[in-house]
Amino acid sequence: MAPTREQQHWMYRNMVTSRKFEEAIAGIYFEGKTPVFSMADGPIPGEMHLSDGQEPVAVGVCAHLNAGDVVTATHRPHHQAIAKGVDLDKMAAEIFGKKTGLSGGRGGHMHLFDADVNFACSGIIAQGMGPAVGAALSRKMQNKPGVAVAFVGEGAVNQGGWHEAMNLAATWNLPFVCVIEDNAWGISVSKEDSTAISNNAERASAYGMPGIRIADNDPYAIFEAAGEAISQAREGNGPSLIEVETYRLAGHFMGDAEGYRPEGEKDALFEKDPIPKMRAKMLADGMAGEAELETIEAEAAARVEAAIKFARDSADPAPEDALTSVFA
Amino acid sequence: MNKPNERKLTIARAMAEAVAQEMRVDPSVFVMGEDIGKLGGVYGNTRGLLEEFGAERIRDTPISETAFIGAAVGAAQDGMRPVVELMFVDFFGVCFDAIYNLMAKNIYFSGGNFKVPMVLMTSTGGGYSDAGQHSQCLYGTFAHLPGMKVVCPSNAYDAKGLMTAAMRDDSPVVYMYHKSLQGMGWLATEPGATVHTPEESYTLEIGKAKVVREGTDVTIVSVGMGVHHALKAAAQLEEKGTSAEVVDLVSLVPLDRDTIRKSVAKTGRLIVVDEDYMSYGVSGEVIASVTEHDISVLKAAPKRVAYPDVPIPFARVMEQYCLPNPDKIVAAFDGMNAA
Repeated sequence: MAPTREQQHWMYRNMVTSRKFEEAIAGIYFEGKTPVFSMADGPIPGEMHLSDGQEPVAVGVCAHLNAGDVVTATHRPHHQAIAKGVDLDKMAAEIFGKKTGLSGGRGGHMHLFDADVNFACSGIIAQGMGPAVGAALSRKMQNKPGVAVAFVGEGAVNQGGWHEAMNLAATWNLPFVCVIEDNAWGISVSKEDSTAISNNAERASAYGMPGIRIADNDPYAIFEAAGEAISQAREGNGPSLIEVETYRLAGHFMGDAEGYRPEGEKDALFEKDPIPKMRAKMLADGMAGEAELETIEAEAAARVEAAIKFARDSADPAPEDALTSVFA
Repeated sequence: MNKPNERKLTIARAMAEAVAQEMRVDPSVFVMGEDIGKLGGVYGNTRGLLEEFGAERIRDTPISETAFIGAAVGAAQDGMRPVVELMFVDFFGVCFDAIYNLMAKNIYFSGGNFKVPMVLMTSTGGGYSDAGQHSQCLYGTFAHLPGMKVVCPSNAYDAKGLMTAAMRDDSPVVYMYHKSLQGMGWLATEPGATVHTPEESYTLEIGKAKVVREGTDVTIVSVGMGVHHALKAAAQLEEKGTSAEVVDLVSLVPLDRDTIRKSVAKTGRLIVVDEDYMSYGVSGEVIASVTEHDISVLKAAPKRVAYPDVPIPFARVMEQYCLPNPDKIVAAFDGMNAA
């Protein structure tokens, strides 16, 4: 099942929005943090994990989701949040720690929560699994439509919580899909050095569910596999696992010197940048004209610019706001 | 509280009754945990529920605490009201991330846009030679970490009202029940925990302590099983002409500091009884709540009767040596006067 023209435009728009958003973040992040790097300073304080290169996974999967479906994201959540439809202005403001942010500055970039589109995060590896499985359970018990998708990195698959949640989802036949973004690196340790098998999709067989691995960060293959998995889940046919070979074009976090990367790896990855690849394919397939793509890119840039401006212009939270929202 | 012909329940039955009554009126409530179905819970607090509500809503889980407590968080955020049991508080280490990083923080991280209405219930306490991985209280551990309410009933009346309140709360509530109060056939039960419990549904305010015995000479503050030790100690002290007031905290979070302060302002003396470890715990928090507020109310230095800072031993003589009991409370009072 190939994406329609309209779906391809949606996918491309969200990939470009995510990339431009991250480029903007990267451009601002070091403001005030130099000459001696100080993570806490500047307009965007704290750790920053960019998802450049991983955009195809988010759009290929979220193209099949609506606002009612549930997504739990990782500590590297921007592309997933954008593809799920999280409010970009509020998301930017949250990353800047502003009062207008998704949680008024309580969460920051690793803890983006948007109840309007059922999006949540955890900064802890594999810990989005349980809540996504629970949301799937909730839908099944209430006979309510909707699926839950947990995005995890390949490193999360070595966590006990991942296995527990997979077993629970399968045992209870829940409308759940686990999507593994395999960017080959758990911070500085390679998948090769940390994981006994190279294809985590094979692990699906341990839970009696379908599993598929998609090579080369291909948004079309991701779209197709996710479409099948999500419709299976919607029809009550249980959970699935999808692992995608994707590429982390940035370091683990901003400021990461990436000394652990083999010589030349990054250059090779940039040659495989999925955004120009998709652009070229759409043109070659006649799915879009140059002018249309330029319009999409310009609109994405404008949207990002507006979100960043909204974030910059927003007020800081009152310090004493820290004491509220502990309980519902 | 107890009159002839009034219905008395054990805490276990009171908890199960509260859950059943709430499940009848609220379809979003369901129970999930280990051995809560056919077995009815190791401590009896889900007994009879499977028969009435079926396996969809009374859901036995695999022994996979990270997954099912994490799942409860997700279900709670998605409109359900899960009641989750993990049978021993000692087991929480395997899944603590789901508790203090998800359950307790998702309301905050969402700026209040997600609610997490779930009840996490678990047993506490020792005294039956099950050693250090099945006998802890860990009250302070949970009370210390923000974002979860923590309650611990000392009798069946409170147990029922607290459970109903906990299920209706939009925030996560950790419901800790002491094994020695449950009324299980295989575990000695403190008779004072089995009290009159109305048949109708009712709630007890979370965060409100109770003065369960009035007195004028010393305030004994405790929670759960310790309340019964305190009441027995108060009876012993009365024989010696001392009038002890006993405060049952009922809730550890929020902590009702006003009731504690008011009582100590009246009596001038404070003893805290805590079956949890002594250091960095509830006993220190209660004393600090009084002394940092107004130290002048005290006629003597406060005393603690708490579990020493050692793992809980297996041999009965060693465990009993370490546990709080009425005699230790009386001795604490005597030591207070001698000083």
